[in-house]
Amino acid sequence: MPDFLRQPWPWWVAGPLVGLVPAALLLLGNRLFGMSSNLRHACAALVPGRVEFFRYDWRREGGWNLAFALGTLLGGALGGVLLASPEPVAIAARTRADLEALGVRAFDGLVPGDVFAWSALGTLRGFVCLVVGGLLVGFGTAWAGGCTSGHGLTGVGDLQPASFLALAAFFAGGIAATWLLLPLVFGS
Amino acid sequence: MSTAPAPGRRTGLLAYVVAGVLFGLVLTKAELISWFRIQEMFRFQGFHMFGVFLLAMPTAILTVQALKRAQARSVEGEPIALAPKTMGPRYVLGGAIFGVGWALAGACPGPLFALLGAGAGGGTIAVVIAAALIGTWTYGWLRPRLPH
Repeated sequence: MPDFLRQPWPWWVAGPLVGLVPAALLLLGNRLFGMSSNLRHACAALVPGRVEFFRYDWRREGGWNLAFALGTLLGGALGGVLLASPEPVAIAARTRADLEALGVRAFDGLVPGDVFAWSALGTLRGFVCLVVGGLLVGFGTAWAGGCTSGHGLTGVGDLQPASFLALAAFFAGGIAATWLLLPLVFGS
Repeated sequence: MSTAPAPGRRTGLLAYVVAGVLFGLVLTKAELISWFRIQEMFRFQGFHMFGVFLLAMPTAILTVQALKRAQARSVEGEPIALAPKTMGPRYVLGGAIFGVGWALAGACPGPLFALLGAGAGGGTIAVVIAAALIGTWTYGWLRPRLPH
């Protein structure tokens, strides 16, 4: 296995590659790249109920996107298991110190193993990060009509002012949650 | 044989799976799916994530704009078209709510799929995805009562 594949890839490799995805999907089939649409397609496929938002032909509209999401999952297995980096994520020393002050102890994985654990689901921080975090990701992206990919890459690539606004709102929410909410949830 | 204008070849689902594999591989190997990297970003303590955005956004702009200027067609033969978005409060309100979730879960929807594949957190990412589905369903249910 070539060493460069196992090592973490630098930002200057990842940036241009993810930036090419919107154009690649437009070329493949005039498809608008956006991952959060898959949450809607999954709801439409599994439990549409009487909700109008989920009553459409999800196979026709979203079949390609669910296939892309399946690929993303397989890519995660390829990169995170087969080609997993032997080192922990090399975050800044200040970030590590801040998180240690919040009580995070497990730094070896891609996610903190003491928060993302089945046994932590009943703790305040485990419940808030996994369950509340997931709920807000699903609710917010559906309301905003896109996430980091749909607005941050496709909408920005198309120079849509609404997508630049959405991206600014993503960061405002994330910064507020990091500085104001996390200290309350993680205690000290 | 039909007499309709010759359509291009239909892109099969496998092509999208392959594209997704490459996307998921980059997300994972560059640690864009890491809760720690997201924290580093929202604390403005590291350059990694900002470096990715600073190269990804101009790349997306240049390539998408080039396709539009060239009035390019997809390999299926369709003209490439992107509908303009109408400005409204949904982008600020929904966007900020998603941002809070992004910081808590440490992942946006794309990385959630990659994290599940990577087996991160002992499989607990499945809980985050299930919660995200409930969140999206709740939005669909409340949609008629929310401002857009």
